[in-house]
Amino acid sequence: MSTALLIMIGLALFLGLVLGYAAIKFKVTESPLVQKIDAILPQTQCGQCGFPGCKPYATAIAAGEADINQCPPGGEEGIRKLAELLGVDPKPLNAEHGAPKPKSVAVIDENLCIGCTLCIQACPVDAILGTAKHMHTVIAKECTGCELCIPPCPVDCISMQVVQEDLATWKSKYPLYAIRSA
Amino acid sequence: MRTLFQFNGGVHPAEHKQESSTQDIACAPLPTQLIVPLQQHIGQRAKPLVQVGDSVLKGQMIGQADGATSCAVHAPTSGRVSAIGEAPVPHPSGLPDLCITITPDGAEQWVERTPLDYQSMSPTEVRKHLRDFGLAGLGGAVFPSHVKLNLGKLAKVPTLILNGAECEPWITCDDRLMRERTADIVAGAKIMQHLLNADEVLIGIEDNKPQAIAAMRAACADARFEVIAVPTLYPSGGAKQLTKILTGKEPPSGGRSSDIGVQIFNVATAYSVARAVLHGEPLISRIVTVTGNVDQPRNYEVLLGTPVKELVALASPRNDTQGYIMGGPMMGFTLPSDAVPVTKASNCLIASSPKLFPPPPPALPCIRCTQCAQACPVNLQPQDLYWFSRGREFGKAQEYNLFDCIECGCCDYVCPSHIPLVQYYRFAKGEIWAREREKQQADLARERHEFRLQRIEREKKERADKLAAKTQGSKAPSANAEADPKKAAIQAAIERAKLKRAGVMPQNVENLPVETLKEIKEIEARRAQLKQAMEKQPDTPNS
Ligand code: SF4
Ligand code: SF4
Ligand code: SF4
Ligand code: SF4
Repeated sequence: MSTALLIMIGLALFLGLVLGYAAIKFKVTESPLVQKIDAILPQTQCGQCGFPGCKPYATAIAAGEADINQCPPGGEEGIRKLAELLGVDPKPLNAEHGAPKPKSVAVIDENLCIGCTLCIQACPVDAILGTAKHMHTVIAKECTGCELCIPPCPVDCISMQVVQEDLATWKSKYPLYAIRSA
Repeated sequence: MRTLFQFNGGVHPAEHKQESSTQDIACAPLPTQLIVPLQQHIGQRAKPLVQVGDSVLKGQMIGQADGATSCAVHAPTSGRVSAIGEAPVPHPSGLPDLCITITPDGAEQWVERTPLDYQSMSPTEVRKHLRDFGLAGLGGAVFPSHVKLNLGKLAKVPTLILNGAECEPWITCDDRLMRERTADIVAGAKIMQHLLNADEVLIGIEDNKPQAIAAMRAACADARFEVIAVPTLYPSGGAKQLTKILTGKEPPSGGRSSDIGVQIFNVATAYSVARAVLHGEPLISRIVTVTGNVDQPRNYEVLLGTPVKELVALASPRNDTQGYIMGGPMMGFTLPSDAVPVTKASNCLIASSPKLFPPPPPALPCIRCTQCAQACPVNLQPQDLYWFSRGREFGKAQEYNLFDCIECGCCDYVCPSHIPLVQYYRFAKGEIWAREREKQQADLARERHEFRLQRIEREKKERADKLAAKTQGSKAPSANAEADPKKAAIQAAIERAKLKRAGVMPQNVENLPVETLKEIKEIEARRAQLKQAMEKQPDTPNS
């Protein structure tokens, strides 16, 4: 019994070390350009760019293997920032990868959820809470709106809800007023 | 004689003070209902403490401060809580916010009021009481007072300034307060001086209020507070501008006035501090100037939560009144409706009419005359800020110190091309804040995503290790055997859910209890809404 325990503890320690080491090594080897590109990408982690997440797309851009106009959540502004960073001309979003949408969050219909945990496995940011056979819930604050949890749901109980403006997020609009032509 | 300093620029719009300043403060009668927003201050919204149907006493705390920058809200009179929910609030967006509605019982029955022996209490304790008394800056910025009265690591804030400049046209509530309730203002200043350990107390009042200056001088004689008449020039009542006029000091760009040893409060805030500490009265009313296109302009002492409609009716608005401006004409905004309540920030309500406030003439292109720069009290280059904001070059706008702009409107006022400059600055600030929020969300998502990747990696490894250990020890379990029952279970669950969903869909649900029916209806409505939203999404790109 105690040997098993010791082995487990040893294993945990060893894995922890490996992880820590990997993390450090990963940080060091990652090029600063990738980091700068990744900082511009919206981190929705939706994969619409054709890569399994923002970091892989950033890596591909840095390596010259992907164009800068493949991220719909980043929109025109994201492309402009990437163009600025890389010193190239901005171009319109490649429609093949989708169109920008207003910020939404996933909502699980509590009445239909069967607690299968498939959405939890799909969520790239662990924004879904729940255990097997129990109702699942989305933590709205952490949901990026990537829609990856929608296809795996066997009972179609997840839908996207557009985030409404409230007093905390309200912004003054672009001024509109009469202009006299000079 | 103190040497006064001058800030750059400034303007001198028509004052319109005499309309409302000649009559004394009247007490507004009890309204039919009181709509008390839980967010009347800068910072975190207060947490509701009561439930619909509860009886409350006048001055009872109904919303508790939530977090460091927050303060309490109280029942302005005794009565019953008739609703808690979203209601229209005075905000340029017109969006509703969480409010507690109280139907007065007319008894005006107070909670027990206990004055504080503040001199024998620790400053931290006094500040906690001020927070629970709901004190926030009454000049219009409504920053929780207990936060500004925190010395932190400092031994003292040498200079305490009371702001009685009241530089915006039309507003006279501080003028009347200084004339009529002088003693409590001075008492409040003493409490603040005690908390800040301040050496000197300066009270700045624009020289267009000679009676207020005389009254304050008389009351301050033995307190050795200095009452200083400052030249009438908008925006001398801006916190940084008044500090500059009185002390010659300017906080650094983006800095706070306490960085230069100064703390500044509105005179009405000092008054309310005295009411709270010496009389145990929480902040449940304030003085509001009702003026503009009305027959009887006057200052009223108004319970917070009083609907604007009921208050302005007292001053008899004229027939051509089009709407109401809250605050002054320079920095205020037009209320989305007159159903909104008076809050801690409502210093003035101006009835507007096309005659009184004609719409601005059509704008012309900027001719780079730099008149705006000459008028800007913060020494900004408004024409450049306008250019960058218009072109959505927000980074550039920030480099040009957009966030030092106090939105005073001097640049608008002088611009010969009638460009609504401040609207551009508000737009740019809003966009920058939104980007900041987006960035924070993106950072959180990145962190969580990376954490997840690591976790998956670790789990994979652990599983592989376990498997390896198992195959060595005993016979290897078949991976398929493990997966199959799982699959079957999911399939069964799908069937069950399908059945369940089919059971939810039909409309012949007469024999269900009412609540369930209601719930079903709500869910259906939400679904329909979602569907609509989903269908609309592709052709509404976010701009
Ligand atoms: S498309 Fe999605 S995954 Fe790809 S970079 Fe944009 S947000 Fe990230
Ligand atoms: S909850 Fe769904 S939409 Fe939200 S982040 Fe997770 S997978 Fe994406
Ligand atoms: S005052 Fe108006 S026209 Fe003149 S420089 Fe400023 S913005 Fe341009
Ligand atoms: S609104 Fe801003 S830019 Fe314009 S004068 Fe006032 S502080 Fe200067």
